Amino acid sequence: MELHYLTIAQARELLDRRELSAVELTQAMLARIEASEPRLHAYLTVTADQALAQAAAADKLIAAGQAGSLTGIPAGIKDVICTQGVRTTCASRILENFVPPFDATLVARLKAAGMVMLGKHNMDEFAMGSSTENSAFGPTHNPWDLKAIPGGSSGGSAASVAAGSAFFAVGTDTGGSIRQPASHCGVVGLKPTYGRVSRLGLVAFASSLDQAGPFARSVADLAEVLQVIAGHDPADSTSSPTPVPDYRAALGRGVKGLRLGLPREFFAAGLDPEVEAAVRGAITALEGLGAELVEVSLPHSDYGLAVYYIIAPAECSSNLARFDGVKYGLSLRAERGSLMDMYLDTRSQGFGPEVIRRVMLGTYALSAGYYDAYYGKAGQVRTLIRRDFERAFAQCDAIVSPVAPTPAFDLGQKVDDPVQMYLSDIFTLSCNLAGLPGMSLPCGFSQKGRPIGLQILGPHFAEETLLAIGHAYQGVSDHHAQRPAL
Amino acid sequence: MKISLEEVAHVAQLARLRLSPEQTAKLTGELNDILTHMDKLNQLDTSGVPSTNHALDLSGPLRKDLARSSLERDQALANAPASDGQSFIVPRVL
Repeated sequence: MELHYLTIAQARELLDRRELSAVELTQAMLARIEASEPRLHAYLTVTADQALAQAAAADKLIAAGQAGSLTGIPAGIKDVICTQGVRTTCASRILENFVPPFDATLVARLKAAGMVMLGKHNMDEFAMGSSTENSAFGPTHNPWDLKAIPGGSSGGSAASVAAGSAFFAVGTDTGGSIRQPASHCGVVGLKPTYGRVSRLGLVAFASSLDQAGPFARSVADLAEVLQVIAGHDPADSTSSPTPVPDYRAALGRGVKGLRLGLPREFFAAGLDPEVEAAVRGAITALEGLGAELVEVSLPHSDYGLAVYYIIAPAECSSNLARFDGVKYGLSLRAERGSLMDMYLDTRSQGFGPEVIRRVMLGTYALSAGYYDAYYGKAGQVRTLIRRDFERAFAQCDAIVSPVAPTPAFDLGQKVDDPVQMYLSDIFTLSCNLAGLPGMSLPCGFSQKGRPIGLQILGPHFAEETLLAIGHAYQGVSDHHAQRPAL
Repeated sequence: MKISLEEVAHVAQLARLRLSPEQTAKLTGELNDILTHMDKLNQLDTSGVPSTNHALDLSGPLRKDLARSSLERDQALANAPASDGQSFIVPRVL
C-alpha cells in the first residue's frame, strides 16, 4: 500500500486504530518528498525535524484518545502564509530570509487540529502569476507531465497534493490561484467565500480579493480541511461572523433538484475542444444524478480581465509599499547612500519582473490624473459583474463552467507575453471580484494526459452546495482517483 | 501610445523603483499592451453605477478600546536589517 496516497479518512482510521503511527506516516511522506522533489520542486522549505516532532506529539495525543480530525495528517502550506519560526519567502528574493514571529490564524487552527507541517510550497512570487514560473527560486513542474506548468500561483501546493508529497495543502486565490493549479494538476481546490477564512498572516497581494483555501485529492478530504480553517477571526476585520456549518454533513446531500447554471459566455468560441468535452461530460453526469440544467448569462464577463488587472495591481502596489528595507527582508544600503537610495535599490533588486510590472501598473492606475479613468471605472464595472452573478443566482443554485480555457501549457510557453498569461484566468477571476466561493475538481484528461477541471461557483457562503455537487460527481467518476506516473 | 517612456520613468519614481533604460523601454511596451486592453471598459456607460470596493456587505466592526497583548519588542525587531535593540535603524534622513 502506498501510504502517501491514502485518503485523510483512511489515514485517520489507521492512526486511530494504532496500525500506523504518525511518525511512520510522516517518515513515509518525507521519503516521498525526497524522491519526488528533484523532478517537481513543489517545496521551497521542508521542515523535516519539526514535522517529526509534531508527529511524535500527535502519536501521544492519539494514544491518549485525544486526536482531532487532522491529528498526525501531514500537509504543506503555501509560502505566502506566515508560519512561526519557519522561513516564509513568498517566493521572493526580498523575503528570502524572513522568519515570521507568528502563525497565520489558519495555520494556528490547523496546528490545533493536529496537522503535521511538512514544509512550505512553491508559488509565483507574491502570488502573482498563473504558472509558478514567477518564483524567484525556480518553477514547479506538473507531476502529470514534467514539461508542463502546474498552474499558479499556488502551483507547488497543487503539484504536491497530486504527487502525494502532502495529504492536503492550503493556498491562496486572488484571481484563480487555487482553482487553476488544482485544475492543471488534477486535484480538488476550493476558494471559499471572501471572509470565510481569516486573512491574518497571509502576506497581502490584493486585499479585497485574496482568500485562502484548501487543496485535497477528494472533495471529502477537502471538507475536513475547510471545517478546520473556516470561521471568524476577531483579528481580521474582513472575516465573516457567519456561523460555520457542518461541511462533512453537506457531502451526502446529493444534487437532486439542484439547478445548475451554464453561463453562455463561458462556453463561447475559443474554448479548447478537449476542455469543453470534459466539462460537458461532467455536467451531463450531474444531470444524470438529478440536477436540472439552466442556461444563464453573465453579460459583463468580457470585462472581468480588465477590471481585475486594474484592481489587483492597484491594491498590490499599495500593499507592497511595506517592502522598504526597514522592518524586515532585503535591505540594500550603499555606503553614504540616502534613505531614498535604500528604497530604490532594495525594491528594484528584491522584486522580480512580474511584481515590478504589477506595482508599476497599479501605481499608474492610482496616480493623479488617471485614478478616475482606471481605478474608479474598474470599481463601477466590478459592481456590474457582481450584479450579473446576483441575477444568475436567482435562476440557479450553482454555476458550472471550465476552470481554465486550455489544459496546462508548456513551461516557458507564455513567459514573454503578459497579456496571454493573464488570459489563463479568464474564467476564474470574476468569482474573486464578486467575493464568491468557487471549486475546481478533476473532470477528465487531454489526449496528452494533462488534467482538466470543472469549476463550480456558488452564491456567498454556499460552500455546502459546492461540496455536495463535487462529492456527488466523485461518486460516479474516477478522474480524481487517477495518479500521475511519477 | 497610452503611456510614454517619460511617464513610465515618473511612475517608477513614485513606486520607489530604480529601472535601467532597457527595463524602462521594455515596461513601456508591456504597459501599453496591457492598458490598451483596459480600453474595453470605456465601451460601458457606468454613469450612476456605484463602485464596489468590497464584495461583501460587512460593516466596519468595532471592538472595545482595551489594551491587548501584541508582539514583544524583540520579536518585532527580530527580522530588522539593522536595529539597536530598541529601534529600527535607517540611513540618515536629515
